[in-house]
Amino acid sequence: MSGSMFIQHLFNAITLGSLYGLIAIGYTMVYGILRLINFAHGEIFMLGAYLVFYAITLLNLPWGLAVVVAILGSSLCGIFVDKVAYKPLRDAPRISALISAIGVSFLIQNLSIVIFTGIPRPVARPDWLVKVFKIGNVRILPLAIVVPIVTVLLVLGLLWIVYRTKPGLAMRAISKDIETTRLMGVSVNKIIAFTFGIGSALAAASGIMWALRYPQIHPFMGLVPGLKAFIAAVFGGIGSIQGAMIGGMLLGLIEIMAVAFFPHLSGYRDAFAFVLLIVILLLKPTGLMGEKLEDKI
Amino acid sequence: MNTRTRNFILNCLLIAALGAFLYWAQNTLDGYKIQVLNLIAVNAILALSLNLIYGFTGMFSLGHAGFMAIGAYVCSILILSPAQKEAMWILEPLIWPLSVIKAPFFVAVLSGGLIAAFFALLIAIPVLRLGGDYLGIATLGFAEIIRVVLTNLSFITNGALGIKGIPPYANIWWNYAWLLLTLFFIIRLVNSNFGNVLKAIRDDEIAAKNMGINTFFYRVLAFTIGAFFAGVGGALMGSLITTIDPRMFMFVLTFNILMIAVAGGLGSITGSIIGSIVITILLEWLRFVENPLVIGSFEIPGIPGMRMVIFSLALILIILFRREGIMGMREITWDTFFSRGRRSPEHEEKGGKMK
Amino acid sequence: MTTPASILRTENLTMRFGGLTAVGNFSIDVPQGKIVGLIGPNGAGKTTVFNMITGFYRPTEGRIFFDGQDITGFQPHMVCRSGISRTFQNIRLFTNETVLENVMIGCHVRRKSKWWMAPLGLPSFRAEEEAIREKSMDLLKSVGLEDFADEPSASLSYGAQRRLEIARALATDPKFLLLDEPAAGMNPQESQELMSFIRNIQKRFNLTILLIEHDMKVVMGVCEYIWVLDYGVKIAEGNPDAIQSDQKVIVAYLGEEYVKYVEN
Repeated sequence: MSGSMFIQHLFNAITLGSLYGLIAIGYTMVYGILRLINFAHGEIFMLGAYLVFYAITLLNLPWGLAVVVAILGSSLCGIFVDKVAYKPLRDAPRISALISAIGVSFLIQNLSIVIFTGIPRPVARPDWLVKVFKIGNVRILPLAIVVPIVTVLLVLGLLWIVYRTKPGLAMRAISKDIETTRLMGVSVNKIIAFTFGIGSALAAASGIMWALRYPQIHPFMGLVPGLKAFIAAVFGGIGSIQGAMIGGMLLGLIEIMAVAFFPHLSGYRDAFAFVLLIVILLLKPTGLMGEKLEDKI
Repeated sequence: MNTRTRNFILNCLLIAALGAFLYWAQNTLDGYKIQVLNLIAVNAILALSLNLIYGFTGMFSLGHAGFMAIGAYVCSILILSPAQKEAMWILEPLIWPLSVIKAPFFVAVLSGGLIAAFFALLIAIPVLRLGGDYLGIATLGFAEIIRVVLTNLSFITNGALGIKGIPPYANIWWNYAWLLLTLFFIIRLVNSNFGNVLKAIRDDEIAAKNMGINTFFYRVLAFTIGAFFAGVGGALMGSLITTIDPRMFMFVLTFNILMIAVAGGLGSITGSIIGSIVITILLEWLRFVENPLVIGSFEIPGIPGMRMVIFSLALILIILFRREGIMGMREITWDTFFSRGRRSPEHEEKGGKMK
Repeated sequence: MTTPASILRTENLTMRFGGLTAVGNFSIDVPQGKIVGLIGPNGAGKTTVFNMITGFYRPTEGRIFFDGQDITGFQPHMVCRSGISRTFQNIRLFTNETVLENVMIGCHVRRKSKWWMAPLGLPSFRAEEEAIREKSMDLLKSVGLEDFADEPSASLSYGAQRRLEIARALATDPKFLLLDEPAAGMNPQESQELMSFIRNIQKRFNLTILLIEHDMKVVMGVCEYIWVLDYGVKIAEGNPDAIQSDQKVIVAYLGEEYVKYVEN
């Protein structure tokens, strides 16, 4: 393929990878502190997109404000889900919380069908983001540059919170040993809520940017990206924020590039993530950057 | 008479009663209600197969839909006539010998189960080393891979178009016969000491290993047998609803079966049967929510999607407030009706002396 | 008198977790038919030694020989099959099973029937199931739990659970039994009974028994030979008298315990 085609694919891949990465971070943070796969996380991604849509169409908010409202709203939804569906099961066998998460995921999807209806909605996009410009032979959307930049800023902000603030320290402590952290006087439930809040905010940001990139939104839009993002988190090393971002990027690259070079594989595109999952689980279940946890008897 | 003979006679009577009921149902009830009875049987087979893997052996497998899909496709291809196959495979013609093969229904269903079991074996050996959540995600991943492959192998499966006009051989007799076969096999396995071994693996795999149990072998075994019956269930379902396509076998199907197994009680065979009856009827009854309701001169419009909302809500409530489901791990056996009362739990200290 | 053949021998057994050496160069020779003990302060590595012998951990270095066979690196179920069984420091019963079922599960390792004989209901299979049930009931009788056969195992008292765990381990027909703190949580009366119990099962089942224990009365009372571990290293070995007077042991461990024992 030509050089310009390649660069276009590369931009696509980086955009997609960034979006996967942002969702993956939410999965990895929740798994790190609770050992729970938050199946409902993909739905928060979807809600982010829908909230921005309704903020613009129903509340007539300007774009910037709509985004803020959407992110805050999704954040609160994430915290609410934990409070109602996961917190009561903290002491139950882990599988119970997992089943609850699956239930919540389906609940939100179907509730969205009932409330928003299943008709795909177009999201209004600011003109300057989607005006294609050319560098040489390469046609680029400004969005393709904005997404990675925003992602990098968000991740840097997150890393600052995790490594330079008290709540972040508490989060890291909880992921190592929740009981001891509790005994140290940390309000564990508040920190867990905080984690859900941040993870959900990032997922919502991803959902909004996704809606800008692929401007039709529908209630099931979180299903597949959510699952793939989780796989990316596992691939990068569950519990590691950097791993989640790396995993997301790699997955985006593989998906776009594999189909670019082997177009006849396009029907199998959705299966790549799962094949990647199986491979990493067999070779190095802790992922690229994960740590090994020993059993003790 | 001893217990075994008593149980044998009672079981025979029960099966005869079931037969009489089915005969009555077939001649009296309308098509819709008979379809519900059919679904109850097939869902019970599916719930039992998942229960074997998860409830009894403790493996959280989310890949059930994949094995059902394999069973459904294998069976359908085997019972369609060559003429139908030639007409239906539009994208790419069905490859030989599948294009000319035709098998009796029993063989077709059995093959569906066996081939599903074969794929389970392939998947199990690498994947069952994982535990807990990872196993769930890996099996879910495999189910999705199976689905994507089925969508793309048009020369075998007719791709996304699916298969229509599958001969409706799965009548009430076949479905309940297969259910009885499934029950027979699983009950005998679970009630033996082998069943205890599976439960030991579920309860404490480390202790099980130290007591000499080759846990890997038994986990693969339970997984494969569970997949076999999932394939059988899928095969019957295909013939029951007469059309299949890959989109039918998405994760939501596994979710439904999981719901039945959880609601009935993980680790209870009776639970899976009761769960199937309750949930199947509930799902059908909930259709009213999606259809318009006419009261007097008012019409309340139906709400599409509400059915699944209530269903998911029900699962969450069960997991929050009664995670052991209806039966927990208990069973209803003939002994339940005949026992003369239990030893009274008056021993404060259950210990006694050593000898 | 010839010394009995050694049933278990370890050579320079070492376990390292990353930079931490939990057990270093541990070499012992356990004579067949004896009751022997492994003691040491908490965290000394005693359970790690058990875990290596039973195959749960693969030793970083060293070998384990059992009954003439090199069993280093064997999977836990193969170690059990060879004739070694154990109990656990924090009792690991099959909590959802009844008392009887727990013991029956222990019988599984010696059975001859295959799993597919269960659905077929072959007479030989049914006979074996009956035999397993009988053997399990006998074992329950020998630990005094036969009245609780159909009770959930989780409902037993702590001491009874420990006895059940021993019965389960005995069900695997071991030649060598590892008991991990069998007297933990027992009052003096129960410890006395435990001591006679251990001697009884040793005779009755022709076992060699290695126990980890902190209760010095029990250790000095039943063990014929003792190894002392401190920070993963063997610091002393010998018969109870020798151990009690060994300076290194007293310094590392016996200290207060020894004084209390002498006062009794």
